[in-house]
Amino acid sequence: MDAAMDKPRQITQSLLYLDGVSVSFDGFKALNNLTLDLAHGEMRAIIGPNGAGKTTMMDVITGKTRPDTGEVLFNNGEIDLTRKDEAAIAQLGIGRKFQKPTVFEEHTVEDNILLALDSDRRVRGTLFWRLNGDGDRITQILKTIGLTAHRDRQAGSLSHGQKQWLEIGMLLAQDPKLLLVDEPVAGMTDAESMTTADLLRDIAKDHTVIVVEHDMEFVRRLGVKVTVLHEGSVLAEGTLDEVSANERVVEVYLGR
Amino acid sequence: MLTVENIDLYYGAAQALRRVSVAAEPGKITCVLGRNGVGKSSLLRAIVGHQPTRSGRITLDGKDLTPLRAYERAREGVAYVPQGREIFPLLTVRENLETGFARLPASERAISDELFDLFPILKSMLGRRGGDLSGGQQQQLAIARALVTKPRLLVLDEPTEGIQPSIIKDIGRAISYLRHQGKMAILLVEQYFDFARELADSYAVMERGEVVLAGKGAEMVESDVRRYLTV
Repeated sequence: MDAAMDKPRQITQSLLYLDGVSVSFDGFKALNNLTLDLAHGEMRAIIGPNGAGKTTMMDVITGKTRPDTGEVLFNNGEIDLTRKDEAAIAQLGIGRKFQKPTVFEEHTVEDNILLALDSDRRVRGTLFWRLNGDGDRITQILKTIGLTAHRDRQAGSLSHGQKQWLEIGMLLAQDPKLLLVDEPVAGMTDAESMTTADLLRDIAKDHTVIVVEHDMEFVRRLGVKVTVLHEGSVLAEGTLDEVSANERVVEVYLGR
Repeated sequence: MLTVENIDLYYGAAQALRRVSVAAEPGKITCVLGRNGVGKSSLLRAIVGHQPTRSGRITLDGKDLTPLRAYERAREGVAYVPQGREIFPLLTVRENLETGFARLPASERAISDELFDLFPILKSMLGRRGGDLSGGQQQQLAIARALVTKPRLLVLDEPTEGIQPSIIKDIGRAISYLRHQGKMAILLVEQYFDFARELADSYAVMERGEVVLAGKGAEMVESDVRRYLTV
């Protein structure tokens, strides 16, 4: 246990709390005094033009990038994420889904989920996984992501949308406390993108989720609080209607 | 004259362009607008041959470019200024410009003074390494390098991105001058609305891999276009 764990902080009751986070690369401020507060069980959409800092923010949360200054606290302020490495942060229950689907194409849908499960990886448990409850969990996850009928299909033969859902399922298999989802609907058909919004809403019933996305119809369908980033800081926060009525937000999107 | 007819483009199983059509006439500027991730750069990559299309046709002055590789399209007069500029950081400014010679016959391999009239700063920096230039200077170098190839089609991907206002003005002036010369068709991808509106003879707005709005630049209605650019 490190010092931060021994001494519970009273700073926040949030699952994730970023305060005054700055990161610069070669003098370019990718994040500039960024503050973000995410409650337990909340789903939040993050939007913003190119270079707003969305990816860097995810990198800081997952430990890929260390901030120059600022606090990144997890689970009521108990854990200081800036002192943890990427593997430790993943172990804490922060799962990230990148934009491009990265499923195991040669394996079946079921095996993909099985590989991702956070269960006993010793020989006995792995060989007899059907007996130890893993089968039920896989069934449950496949139901959530709508791939029950595709359980025995090779993942490589799925459509783009189905692969994205499978990867979200693999994330769920790790039973994360916080899911970070980067541009899930890029390249999806309209129908797939609406299904994805419904899937994330379903997942958000018992998980905390951050979704980065440019597709506004999708964000509207999510129906959650939106944070607009610009030049590494929060420019606006509120419902999608509130932020789209904000003149500053409009100006930024027009490149002014 | 560039014509793009009903092209489809995929990255793996993900479809990035859906039956996209667009045209660019010589002596005119055609602007493609849209938010992040709607397919603007994919369209340019399809045109210059960096990414194969699954269906549809791309022609330049009647010649079918679709089966040609990127270097063959360059030989046909397609010049590309990519997003992020992609100049050669370890080559000097002069050497960067000379990379554009490849498609020209030996007798035409010279850097015209016209280029330095457009971007005077480059003349004073010929011996400097590309990587030592500022972002704005690198952008000017990338455009100049494209012009060295004497293109019939100039394709620019967000030339104002991350560039300071004074250099954006210089770049805008250079693009207008090239239009006025009338030798090439210009296809410009932008997210900077005012810059695009000032230059556009015609425009197309993209959303989710499709062209959703198109017309003459003079008839571009801000409120219509804004709907697709903002949140």
